[in-house]
Amino acid sequence: MTERALRLGYLYPTLMSIYGDRGNVTCLRRRCRLRGIELAVTHIEVDEPLPTDLDLLLMGGAQDREQRLVARDLAEVKGEALRAAVADGLVFLAVCGGYQLAGRYYRGLNGEELAGAGVFDLHTVHPGPGARRLIGNLVAEWEGGSIVGFENHGGRTQLGPDAAPLARVVRGFGNDGASGFEGARFRNAFGTYLHGPLLPKNPAFADRLIGLALERRYGSAELAPLDDRLEAAAHAAAMRASR
Amino acid sequence: MTSARTLAAVWSAKAAAGASRALGRGGGTAVGGLVGLSLQPALVRDLAGGLGHGSVLISGTNGKTTTASLVSATVEAAGLQPLANASGSNLMRGIAATLTAAAGPTGRAAAADRRLGVFEVDEATLPYALRDLRPRVVVLTNLFRDQLDRYGEVESLTRLWRESLEAAPPDLALVLNADDPTVASLGEGRDNVLYFGLADAALDRGSLDHASDAVTCGCGTPYTFSRVYFSQLGIWHCDGCGRARPEPSVTATNVAVGDGHSLRFQLVTPDGGEQIEMALGGLYNVYNALAAAAAAHALGLPAAATTAALQSAAAAFGRQESFAVDGKRVDLFLAKNPAGLNQVLATLCLDPGRDAALIILNDGIADGRDVSWIWDADFEVAAGQFGATVAAGRRAADLALRLKYAEWPEPSFGVEPAVPAALDAALARTPAGGSLSIVPTYTAMLEVRALLAKRAGRAPFWQQ
Repeated sequence: MTERALRLGYLYPTLMSIYGDRGNVTCLRRRCRLRGIELAVTHIEVDEPLPTDLDLLLMGGAQDREQRLVARDLAEVKGEALRAAVADGLVFLAVCGGYQLAGRYYRGLNGEELAGAGVFDLHTVHPGPGARRLIGNLVAEWEGGSIVGFENHGGRTQLGPDAAPLARVVRGFGNDGASGFEGARFRNAFGTYLHGPLLPKNPAFADRLIGLALERRYGSAELAPLDDRLEAAAHAAAMRASR
Repeated sequence: MTSARTLAAVWSAKAAAGASRALGRGGGTAVGGLVGLSLQPALVRDLAGGLGHGSVLISGTNGKTTTASLVSATVEAAGLQPLANASGSNLMRGIAATLTAAAGPTGRAAAADRRLGVFEVDEATLPYALRDLRPRVVVLTNLFRDQLDRYGEVESLTRLWRESLEAAPPDLALVLNADDPTVASLGEGRDNVLYFGLADAALDRGSLDHASDAVTCGCGTPYTFSRVYFSQLGIWHCDGCGRARPEPSVTATNVAVGDGHSLRFQLVTPDGGEQIEMALGGLYNVYNALAAAAAAHALGLPAAATTAALQSAAAAFGRQESFAVDGKRVDLFLAKNPAGLNQVLATLCLDPGRDAALIILNDGIADGRDVSWIWDADFEVAAGQFGATVAAGRRAADLALRLKYAEWPEPSFGVEPAVPAALDAALARTPAGGSLSIVPTYTAMLEVRALLAKRAGRAPFWQQ
């Protein structure tokens, strides 16, 4: 097999790094390495331009204060390049706060509105101080299998006509606790509320991201199977915890 | 004068606690407090008013229990009688239970005029404890991300603390960690503040850990750190608004962490300097010692009492307690969040003689239902440290996966969710005369500690 290499961008690693989301980067790096794929990881902070040659891009969640800095950076520095890259097939995973800011806007607890990057046709509204947060283990049906993780969000996300739901909620709340949908997909961009972090215990989903990136760069997506017994056990434990 | 209603609540609480104990339902502490508070909401306020030397509250993400135990020891060394809540009972019901248990037939505690209340308080409970206990001193140790599903984000907790401190009387003395930007900011605009912090350039890690919070100042500018001790604790300033770490008046210099079983440092307070040798390990316990020393100073206790208490410090419940089981040494290190776990791992790595490890991850409400946090802790630093490891608890599989990703050699670790079986497996994999280090989350600590106490005949290793 020919030498394969991919470039991964990690957006705002210092500002948006709560809930263990860096595990998603670790996961992609390991699953690539075991297949002989070299994964180069670039950290991208505020005020830095989005690199033009990325194959994969990840963005996690943050606290409110950091989220405001990120929203400003998306509006003023990276938003346009990000939309263009996703239109061009960039594989993008946005989790929780990152998912909210990748939509059109986020209206927070006190009515303050943050403009989003507009990657997904969706918006998120926090119903206000009295509303309960949507917290717990979540299981969702995804492509005939399941994805699992932990959600913890106050905002309720509504999808527009140009965003497809990523998965269907089996147990938990998902986007808004009412629609039965979890996450969003547009081209090769995926948004989700799932922490855990998402990728280590959803190895099929992780491989889907790697496969899409390989296909885009090399035209084929051959991935050797890995020993995923511990991954499967953690997936099952999260499913049990959701009951 | 104790009101009839308070007195009735005291007796009902005592009866409920007694009944609960008789039924074998734990210590019965929380139950009594709950009953008492339901009959008399002003119970804590009434009883706390009878403490001759008032009270001190200790809150923060990490270090509450150890700091409170050091303060209690100092109070005792000063010739007073501490009244302290048992570890884990740090909600209002636990504080009420402690006060009612100490109350005599008239509602007054025995030797009330020599009593000083030392209460560790859950972070989210601090506003209520401030309102009802009306303490003389509040000690705030640090704020790290912890159980985001329960407490919310550090930012909202800070807001809650700030508002409740603003409502407190101006003569309330604050003891604050100068090295934690969030905690230190709570002293701004107040007069009666005593700051503590490290003063040792040799401990500088150079850069922030991953598990750092408060990376951004309230003005919107990321903080600049000229020194980092661990997590976001260090010497910080904000280029945006000019805020900077306040100069602490209680410090530790020349800190030696040794093999992680003890500490040596020079303690400097407004009363002078003192060389301290302590039987607790790890840099985080230097912060606990500083918090306790600063609290003692704010309470007006003599410096000699602080020195005596620190020199004879004993491990608090589940925090570096040691047990002898089957001729093996077993050390227990509670770890509940990324910052705490990082400190525990760093401390374990100081001693290459630690043979085996048992790590237990539960996802009970008291642990936090969300186990994502293990990915924010740096397990990588301890890869290859132990000859054998057992991953246990309700989320043992998540833990095992994390260890795999941290490159812990897979043949060296086993997975056993059930705690009793996991303890057996870990002991079996510890060589004769060797040492087992146990790192549990909160509910796991309660379970494994009970097993250890039974098997060790409740004799702590360090007393033998």
